[in-house]
Amino acid sequence: MRKSNYTSFFKKLALLAGTAMLLSGCDAALMDPKGPIGEQQKTLIITAIVLMLIVVIPAIAMTFIFAWKYRASNKDATYSPNWSHSNKIEAVVWGIPCVIILVLAIITWKTSHSLDPFKPLDHEKAPLNVRVVALDWKWLFIYPEQQIATVNEVAFPVDRPVHFQITSDTVMNSFFIPRLGSQIYAMAGMETDLHLLASEPGDYHGFSAQYSGAGFSGMDFTAHAYSDDQFGSWVDRVKQSSKQLDQATYDQLAKPSEDAPVEYYSTVMPNLFASIIQKYMGGQSVGGNEGMHHQGAEE
Amino acid sequence: MFGKLSLEAVPYHEPIIMGAIGFIILGGLAMAAALTYFRKWGYLWKEWLTSVDHKRLGVMYIIVAMVMLLRGFADAVMMRSQQAIANGANEGYLPPHHYDQIFTAHGVIMIFFMAMPFMIGLMNIVVPLQIGARDVAFPFLNSLSFWLFFAGVVLVNLSLGLGEFAKTGWLAYPPLSGIKYSPGVGVDYYIWALQISGIGTLLTGVNFFVTILKMRAPGMSLMKMPIFTWTILVTAVLIMAAFPILTATLGLLTLDRYLEMHFFTNDLGGNMMMYVNLIWAWGHPEVYILILPAFGIFSEVTATFCSKRLFGYTSMVYATAAIGFLSFIVWLHHFFTMGAGGNVNAFFGIATMVISIPTGVKIFNWLFTMYQGRVRFTTPILWTLGFLVTFSIGGMTGVLLAVPGADFVLHNSLFLIAHFHNVIIGGVVFGYLAGFTYWFPKAFGFTLNERLGKCAFWCWLVGFYFAFMPLYVLGFMGMTRRLNHYDNPEWQAYLIVAAIGAGIIALGIGFQLLQIVVSVMQRHKNRDVTGDPWGARTLEWSMSSPPPFYNFAHTPVVKERDAFWDMKENKDAYHTPQGYQKIHMPKNTAAGLTISAFSLVIGFALIWHIWWLAIVGTVGCLISVIVRMFNDDIDYYVPAEEVERIESEHLKNIANQA
Repeated sequence: MRKSNYTSFFKKLALLAGTAMLLSGCDAALMDPKGPIGEQQKTLIITAIVLMLIVVIPAIAMTFIFAWKYRASNKDATYSPNWSHSNKIEAVVWGIPCVIILVLAIITWKTSHSLDPFKPLDHEKAPLNVRVVALDWKWLFIYPEQQIATVNEVAFPVDRPVHFQITSDTVMNSFFIPRLGSQIYAMAGMETDLHLLASEPGDYHGFSAQYSGAGFSGMDFTAHAYSDDQFGSWVDRVKQSSKQLDQATYDQLAKPSEDAPVEYYSTVMPNLFASIIQKYMGGQSVGGNEGMHHQGAEE
Repeated sequence: MFGKLSLEAVPYHEPIIMGAIGFIILGGLAMAAALTYFRKWGYLWKEWLTSVDHKRLGVMYIIVAMVMLLRGFADAVMMRSQQAIANGANEGYLPPHHYDQIFTAHGVIMIFFMAMPFMIGLMNIVVPLQIGARDVAFPFLNSLSFWLFFAGVVLVNLSLGLGEFAKTGWLAYPPLSGIKYSPGVGVDYYIWALQISGIGTLLTGVNFFVTILKMRAPGMSLMKMPIFTWTILVTAVLIMAAFPILTATLGLLTLDRYLEMHFFTNDLGGNMMMYVNLIWAWGHPEVYILILPAFGIFSEVTATFCSKRLFGYTSMVYATAAIGFLSFIVWLHHFFTMGAGGNVNAFFGIATMVISIPTGVKIFNWLFTMYQGRVRFTTPILWTLGFLVTFSIGGMTGVLLAVPGADFVLHNSLFLIAHFHNVIIGGVVFGYLAGFTYWFPKAFGFTLNERLGKCAFWCWLVGFYFAFMPLYVLGFMGMTRRLNHYDNPEWQAYLIVAAIGAGIIALGIGFQLLQIVVSVMQRHKNRDVTGDPWGARTLEWSMSSPPPFYNFAHTPVVKERDAFWDMKENKDAYHTPQGYQKIHMPKNTAAGLTISAFSLVIGFALIWHIWWLAIVGTVGCLISVIVRMFNDDIDYYVPAEEVERIESEHLKNIANQA
């Protein structure tokens, strides 16, 4: 049958094209991470794919082989119209996937804990604290130790853990810098934590990975991973800004705006981050100035 | 007087929308003119619109599903073309307020108003025939289900020309879907279209659950049921368990929006994550509601076109049931990035992976059904082969997304979009189209044109790979979903390839429509005289095509799993019975249509805050229900002579054929 010959040819072609495209994507953000979290995630993705290919490749190969070999026109092939059960085959098709999923489950259990965004990184240096507020449609970064704030630009030193404490003063967003690894939701009235580290200096693209309304597409920022000196001078530059983030400025900033420009604020009113979380708590008092920790943080 | 409704609700300034509306109005007028010219209004009303016949309702479901496929696909083409051009300074041709409605409508339409009715249509046509039943357990309820669903369709399409649709994404996460961030009528259209059609779906679930459990032919024990019926049984259970969650969740959102309550808002302790949990507690079973029937179709198609018993029937049944059960304990994998902590994430991740075990078993069972069979390369088997390859890839990327550590970088990316289209197109759509081609002769009495069917298949398959493989890569490149425009030249090439893929799929849809037209023209040549055009195995093929309106003149007695194959083997098929008896049948009724029409009025009135009209609708709805309840004239008998006339004609046809 000439026709089915073409059939399998085109399928192979499609598969080849698909694989080629996947390979060409290897310089992509997730396959070229700039920090240990992203690095672990890259390894995890590749491990999981290879494990699954143990089943997927035979399944795809068998589709072509069986369909071709047992084509109706091939009268030489065995035909057993009533054969419909085999304990051996059943044992294999249940057993092998079970074993693979068992291995994958163990990996999943371990990495779900080791890559938990709330888990502080094991590092000699103390983390830099950055508080992040998702607004319509821009990101506000508050540096509690440096007493400065920025919009749509964040900077931190290379090789020092960064502890992002994240909330939202609008709808839900997701805070994500692909080159560094994990993302986490930003939710009003709640604080989520994300621990990242950049091991190479560079300017990395960050954005919201959760659709949040009309200005969503422009809700991105640059994350600068600087040397210690560069970071110091960046902080100085921010401190020289004439703008100060007081309540009135914040209220103005929180109003919806699209493609918002980068802003520097030389000072920040104290407890701004906590007050943003608190105002959604419906008058309930919350312990400490950290706002309500999300579930996972309590573990 | 008219609430929020005024003439300004019509988007005159949007040429694309006005064009679409013009097209719909012209199409409607042309149809009305044709009906008038050929004097078919009476026929349409008596034979179709008021019908309670499961076969007719099934056909109507599928017609609506195909029309909505065109609408949903038009949305897809607009999204792909927008993203193909909107790089850098180019903002594309769709501003966010329009684009955001389009991706919301695309998701809502494809899931609720394309896939669901297509599936329900197929099960309507097939299940009662497959189990040897007269009709479904509650024929009138079945008609009501269809019309409630249709009311939802009308609301979604009204939103095109009157007001707007939701700009929230297809699951309408609050607080974005709350009144503060979405003050327009878009989310209200979403809520009421889904509420009204959702009730219809729930009633369908109940109806088929009872039908399958109570109305099987004598001898058909549960483990002798055809696999398609098995998958529908599990689907019916999933519908009954999952759809009430959707109704309750949307109900709470309604209270937030209409009565200023605070279940899901930011203020006063409302928690959006409660909504996200609830909507996915429905949403994840929902994708299995869609895929399980497709699995059933592939089982029937493979066994039939390999002329061989289905391999591992018992495994298939247990795998189906296991998938059904597991589908309720995996919902959190849609939002690992909520930050639930290692233990919770790991539990839901592993539970999700476990689903791949029974699913993998099914794939191997289809493969071993082909093994030592006689594979006939008809269109349905091509869809099946395309599915086996494509779905294996989609399953793999799905398990990858189930690993929380990996999901933290893949969540909401185009990798996710590629994954779920991989399983929905490669699994659900391929399955339904296989089922459509397979059962078409049963419903209409003639087979579909094979050549055009194959053209449609190849365009869909190749188009799918072109459209979605680039999206996998873009996910790795860090592109997130729902972007209206972006600033990254590296992405654009991939998005252009994806747009070309959408174009190839459009060709596939074109061939599909052409196939129907050409097949109708060639119907005399391709008539299915015997009722068994494929040499099939299950009871629906033992009767004429199309089947008589009363289905079986005599209830068949089932001895084996593949009941009809068994009858043919034992020369027990097509024998002339001793005599015929009168048959008890339900009468057609307009009650389902009337009740649904008033439900539509209620929905429309609530969307636009026209309170007096809502009261009118509610009163009308209640009165229609009461009138129906007190109507005793709901059944009649088909005389034995009439049955004999119809049955002898079919037996004569078969004798002539032999």
